[in-house]
Amino acid sequence: MTEAIAGFEGAHGPKPRRTFSRRNIFLYGTLIMVALYYMLPLYVMIVTSLKGMPEIRLGNIFAPPVEITFQPWVKAWAEACTGLNCDGLSRGFWNSVRITIPSVIVSIAIASVNGYALANWRFKGANVFFTILIFGAFIPYQVMLYPIVILLREIGLYGTLWGLVIVHSIFGMPILTLLFRNYFTSLPEELFKAARVDGAGFWGIYFQIMLPMSLPIFVVAMILQVTGIWNDFLFGVVYTKPDIYPMTVQLNNIVNSVQGVKEYNVNMAATILTGLVPLVIYFVSGRLFVRGIAAGAVKG
Amino acid sequence: MAKIAAIPMILTALCVFVGGTLWTVVYSFTGSKLLPKAKWVGLDQYERLWNTNRWIVSIENLMIYGICSLIFSLVIGFVLAALLDQKIRFENTFRTIILYPFALSFIVTGLVWQWILNPDFGVQNIVRSLGWASFEFDPLYNQDIVIYGILIAGLWQGTGLIMVLMLAGLRGIDQEIWKASRVDGIPTWKTYIFIVIPMMRPVFITTLVLIASGIVRVFDLVVAQTSGGPGIASEVPAKYVYDTMFLRQNLAQGFAASTMMLLAVAIVIIPWAYLEFGSRKRD
Repeated sequence: MTEAIAGFEGAHGPKPRRTFSRRNIFLYGTLIMVALYYMLPLYVMIVTSLKGMPEIRLGNIFAPPVEITFQPWVKAWAEACTGLNCDGLSRGFWNSVRITIPSVIVSIAIASVNGYALANWRFKGANVFFTILIFGAFIPYQVMLYPIVILLREIGLYGTLWGLVIVHSIFGMPILTLLFRNYFTSLPEELFKAARVDGAGFWGIYFQIMLPMSLPIFVVAMILQVTGIWNDFLFGVVYTKPDIYPMTVQLNNIVNSVQGVKEYNVNMAATILTGLVPLVIYFVSGRLFVRGIAAGAVKG
Repeated sequence: MAKIAAIPMILTALCVFVGGTLWTVVYSFTGSKLLPKAKWVGLDQYERLWNTNRWIVSIENLMIYGICSLIFSLVIGFVLAALLDQKIRFENTFRTIILYPFALSFIVTGLVWQWILNPDFGVQNIVRSLGWASFEFDPLYNQDIVIYGILIAGLWQGTGLIMVLMLAGLRGIDQEIWKASRVDGIPTWKTYIFIVIPMMRPVFITTLVLIASGIVRVFDLVVAQTSGGPGIASEVPAKYVYDTMFLRQNLAQGFAASTMMLLAVAIVIIPWAYLEFGSRKRD
C-alpha cells in the first residue's frame, strides 16, 4: 500500500512506503502527541469553564465535567466585577468592538494610501521616510510610550477612544505600509501608466484602479489588524481610562484581582470569551491568516 | 498630491519614530519625576538603574528567557516543519492546530498557563494524585524557576509561527537537491543538517530577528501570568519601564530603562540591516 499524495505541491522528503511502516508510526505518533499538547490548554479552558466550583476543588483539571453548567459563562459575561463595576466582560467586549472597528478602518486607509504613494508616485524623500518607518517597527514600544502621551495630550485626545485609534494607526503603519507597497509594486505598471495617459489623478487611480484590484490584500490586512488590535494590552492600558478599557485589560483585571474568592470557572469562561474573536477569525480565514503573518514576518 | 497623501506617514516617521525616540533618550538625562522637566542630571538615572536590584533581575530574566526562547523556538519550529514536510496526510489539520495559539493574545495565553501550572489544581496536583506524592512542579510559585514557567507559555504561543515560516523555507528548497542526495545515499538527517539548513540561512536570519525583537517586548505575558511575582522574580525590562513611568511616576528612570532596551535592539538590528541591505546594494 502506498499513500496517494497528489496535490501536495512542493512537499518533499523521501517517498513514503507502507502505511504502517516504522517511519510512519514514528512520524504520525510524534505529530499527534504535539497536536494534543497544543490543544491541551484550549481543552482545559473549556472543561474548566463548564464545571461548578465544588467540582473544580475536588477534581483534576483535565477531567471532563461531571455536571455541565453554563453559569460561569453567564457570570463572566454579565456579572464579573472589576473594581466597582459589576457588569461583567460584556463592557470590555463592546469597548474592544468600538476600538477595533475604527482602528482597523483608519489604519488600513492610511497605510494603503501610503503604500500606493510609495509604489506608484515615488515622491522626493519617499524612500527615507519608508526606511525610517521600517526601522521604527523594531523600536521597543516602551521608548515611544511617553512622547505619544504628550502628543495626545496636546491635541486633547489622551485617554479617549480616538486617541487609541491614532496609536493603533501609528504602530500598525510600518507593517501595513510594507504589505501594501509590495502588493502595489507587483501590479503591472502599464495599468498605472495607461490611467495617467487618460488623465486620471492620484485619487482617481487609487479608487478606480488600485482599490478594486487589491481586495485580497485588504482582506489580509484586515485579518492582521483585527487580531492584532483585539489582542493588544499595552496600548489599551496606557492610553485609555478604566471606563473604555479594552477586553484584554478588563480580563486581566478580573482574573488577577486580589479581592474575593477565586472563581476559576468564571475566569476560564472569561478567558475563552476574550480569545473567541481572534480564534474565530483564525479558523474561518485559514490560509489568508497564514499569508498575513508570513507577509508580516518576511520583510521585503 | 502624493506628498499630501503621505503626510500621516511623514508625521509618524518624523514626529513619533525619530522625534519620540530622541525625546526619550534626551529626557533620560534629566531628573523628571511626575512631569518631564529639563533639569539635567547627567548619567544619574543610568547609575541608579544599574544599581536597582529589580532592573538587574529583569535583565537576567530577559537573558534566560531570550536565549531559551531563541533556541527552543528555532529547534522546535524547524523539527515540526521538517515533520510536516514529509508528504503527510492531514498536513493542514496539524498546521492549523499548532498555529492556533498564535491567534490568541498574550493575556489569554498567560492566564491559561497560570491555571494549568497552578500547583493546587494543575499539573503538580494531577501527578501527585497519580501516586507520586512528593512530585514538585510549581514554576509560578517558585522564584528560581518562575521564568521557565513563562517560557513554557511563550513557546506554546509562538512556535507555530516559526514552524510556518520554516515550512515556507523548506518548500522553497529545490526538489533536485533531495533527489541528488538520495542518489548519493546520504541519510535524510545528514541532508537536513549539512545541505538544507545552510541553504535556509535567510529564513533562519529572518526568524531570528523576529524572535529577538519579540523577546524584548515581552510584557503582557508576564503581567497576566505572574504580575512579575513571586516577589520580583519574574520581572522583565518592558514591565520595569511601564511600572516606573506610569505607576511610580518616576519618568526619567523609565526613560533611561527604555533607552537601554533601545540599545539592546540596536545591537541586534543594525548588524542585520547592514548584512541584509548592504549586500543587496552590492549585488
